[in-house]
Amino acid sequence: MFDVYKIRKDFPIFSELVNGKPVAFLDSAASAQKPFCVLQAMSKIYETAYANPHRGTYFFADAITEAYESARETVRQFLNARSTREIVFTRNATESINLVAATWARQNIKAGDEILISEAEHHADLVPWQQICLEKDAKLIVFPISDSGDFIKEEFLKRLNNKTKLVAVTGMSNVLGTVFPIKEITAAAHNIGAKVLIDACQYAVHYPLDVQDVDCDFAAFSGHKTYGPTGIGVLYGKAEILETMAPYQFGGDMVDDVTFERTTFADIPARFEAGTPASVQAVGLAEGLKYMRSLGFDNIIRHEEALTAYAESRLLTVPQLKIVGTAQNKGGVFSFAVGKIHPQDLAFVLNKENVAVRIGHHCAQPIVNRMGYNSLARASFGLYTVKEDIDALIGALLKAEKFFKDA
Amino acid sequence: MDIAELEENFSFFENWEEKYQYVIDLGHKLEPLDDSFKIEQWKVQGCQSQVWLVPEIKNGLYHFKGDSDAILVRGIIAVILLIYNDKTAEQIKNVDIAKIFAKLGLEENLTPSRRNGMLSMVAKIKEYAACQ
Repeated sequence: MFDVYKIRKDFPIFSELVNGKPVAFLDSAASAQKPFCVLQAMSKIYETAYANPHRGTYFFADAITEAYESARETVRQFLNARSTREIVFTRNATESINLVAATWARQNIKAGDEILISEAEHHADLVPWQQICLEKDAKLIVFPISDSGDFIKEEFLKRLNNKTKLVAVTGMSNVLGTVFPIKEITAAAHNIGAKVLIDACQYAVHYPLDVQDVDCDFAAFSGHKTYGPTGIGVLYGKAEILETMAPYQFGGDMVDDVTFERTTFADIPARFEAGTPASVQAVGLAEGLKYMRSLGFDNIIRHEEALTAYAESRLLTVPQLKIVGTAQNKGGVFSFAVGKIHPQDLAFVLNKENVAVRIGHHCAQPIVNRMGYNSLARASFGLYTVKEDIDALIGALLKAEKFFKDA
Repeated sequence: MDIAELEENFSFFENWEEKYQYVIDLGHKLEPLDDSFKIEQWKVQGCQSQVWLVPEIKNGLYHFKGDSDAILVRGIIAVILLIYNDKTAEQIKNVDIAKIFAKLGLEENLTPSRRNGMLSMVAKIKEYAACQ
């Protein structure tokens, strides 16, 4: 049974009081809080088995190498990838996407080619493609979404053609909460021979991502959003594609044989992991994934769906509040504007009321502008979010409206 | 109004609501900045709201006009300008803004982590005063 109040006890930060009061943490889409098991797993490595992995011939080095590689196996299971060779550890999802841009795209994108992205991409899944297009004289094509934030199949298909070499799309928008039909998108892209990269940063937190089922060629997500630590991310890539990709960062741990004249490189995935890896963070990431799996995605989804419905009904009771992004298929992310109150003013009052939301363009400026704003407030949920958090948000929003009424 | 008067007014507030309602009121009384100045050239690099600052020198005294699209920030700008306006470069250099803000109980607005651009605005004022 999924008892969210019991689950919250797994997260030490929720017993933290600010100015004597608990905090309604509604910024999980930016970064999630960490369960004790993640902290403990990392601490245990440092206390009992720490050394530089892959290099030693002694107990600690063997133990951490084993822990690092078994973290890779946990990620493989989490994504249902065919092999751990398809799992590359990176610094974060941004680095994962940049890796594909700097290697696969640089090798394969030619003048006149097209890269197709959605209008709702995070800068991390936009700027790398934009830059590689500028470099290669290729074209970045953007498929629009509806005013409510819905995926429009026709708009997507219309822009897919034999020049399209890559479709890079988010699984779930970090601004609108829209969940994209990634399997359908991938199938359509493959039909015309394009490769597909899924920015799974938000998606992987809320829905099970089966890369064999979706059949995407690449997927990226980060540890800190999946209840793990910062400094670690994942790039999934089909082995047969990763094998064709040359490394783009060079150094230790990614080489096979080195002389002053030439170097041969290690096999995948090591080829893409130059330098000392974030081994302890990888262990933490794996622990976060195991934690989610132990709760069960079905349970997490059921909890978050109920919460999303509750939040929507409550937000609509706030006079002058407009939810930005009301797609049919939407997860627990609510961007909103309240009358003419500047989001920064709003955030000031919310902070005074111990409600933690994010304001700004959420690193996805084009979609915020497209929806008619420069800046929005955003409340986002995790598996530990409770109705009380949403009630605190509503209370603080009403207070802010009153506070700024005559202003 | 001078700073002593401002400090006295601030000493009466019992909670943040009263204090910041007053800050908002100060913002309403802010000397208006013509819209023609609300352009890139006069923008202070803040983060979460737009802030403009325009300097003027008359008889060796600095006079600044400023504005923001966020109401609370506009109020804080009013406080900052009250502190810095109609002073010489030397006087501006000698202002201990952190101390005054602490006394007013507004120090949270000048922390580097609060990205409302107020620290940048103070830096900009000092920069204008140092250039001349």
